[in-house]
Amino acid sequence: MSTSHVLLGLLAGGPRHGYELKRSHDDRLPQAKPLAFGQVYATLGRLERDGLVEQSGQDRDGGPDRTSYVITEAGRARLGEWLTEVEPPAPYVTSALFAKVVVSLLASGERVATEYLVAQRAAHTTRLRELTAVKTDSAATVGDVIAADYAIAHLDADLRWLQTTLLRLADLNEEMNP
Amino acid sequence: MNTLLQGTALHRAYGPTPALRGVDIEVTEGEIVAVTGPSGCGKSTLLHCLAGIMRVDSGSVRYRDQDIGLWSESARSKLRRTEFGVLFQFGQLVPELTAGENVALPLLLGGVKRREAQKTAEEWLDRFGVAELAGKLPGAMSGGQQQRCAVARAMVTEPRALFADEPTGALDVLTGEQVLGEIVRVAREKGMAVVLVTHEAQIAAYADREISLRDGALDPTGLGLRTRA
Repeated sequence: MSTSHVLLGLLAGGPRHGYELKRSHDDRLPQAKPLAFGQVYATLGRLERDGLVEQSGQDRDGGPDRTSYVITEAGRARLGEWLTEVEPPAPYVTSALFAKVVVSLLASGERVATEYLVAQRAAHTTRLRELTAVKTDSAATVGDVIAADYAIAHLDADLRWLQTTLLRLADLNEEMNP
Repeated sequence: MNTLLQGTALHRAYGPTPALRGVDIEVTEGEIVAVTGPSGCGKSTLLHCLAGIMRVDSGSVRYRDQDIGLWSESARSKLRRTEFGVLFQFGQLVPELTAGENVALPLLLGGVKRREAQKTAEEWLDRFGVAELAGKLPGAMSGGQQQRCAVARAMVTEPRALFADEPTGALDVLTGEQVLGEIVRVAREKGMAVVLVTHEAQIAAYADREISLRDGALDPTGLGLRTRA
């Protein structure tokens, strides 16, 4: 999963400072490892260096200085590219898929999330067919078959998840964008 | 490749309930096509209509460019016996006949002489690894053995199209995989087209191509999205 893209997605709704971003990340993506503050600021620093976010103000609010960040046009463009890009179908990509759906709904809405799910399903199905061809090849060893089984089982689980997520998308959208 | 089967604007209802609502499908010679979708989406009805077992309410099913809906029942029955093979999930073997007799049956119905039919049936049982079962009754076989015999029977006439409705649905994973692998291998070897109905992505992945249905219509997303008008 790409933390920098998730942060861009969280900033798509308006300026936020590091603490808010961390809290929002941990709330929205509960299955992901909680972000460390250091990681949030290091990522924001890289995004700022690349012109994808910029500082929008400082807020003291009785406590320490807190710098707010805002997404730039270049940042929105980068986010848009990521949201439509299919993940390479491989075992253990579910957290990346989940992050993309959540960020899609936050930053771009249900249509982009749906299009992404459809494209991702097509990529997964193609890979599933390739792996099945490996298994049914008369030259396949038992080792080849077992390795393909492993990848197939994970892709199949992802495909089920893609399917049910699509059916829940309207509800998720309502929950996230009331 | 030439078009073998073509369904155009297929409609079929059970009383007031529509099962197919304007489905278009094309299958070329030797192609393996999976038809997927959730329960009740119309995939089995589509298979029955394409196989000429069930008539459509409107639309046409063409086999080698001939509208089989215009044919007499006896012509359709002959088509099913000679050009098509049909395979269901379970319960297809005649319980009173041995495996060899079950597999020989479609040949005998097609006018092949008994001795030749028996010999061919044994070859097909052997092809699916169950030659030793030729003299056994279905009741004395495991589910996987029965399904292998049923596959042999569906393919023994070397049909141009095999219609398989959840053919491995009643088998354990490993047996199901072996049976499906054998169906695909033989179909490719003989250049048979296969229409494979399944609700499982792992089974659909044996096919060259997949079409998905939802509520009796094509679902181009494959994700159960309702098709937009």
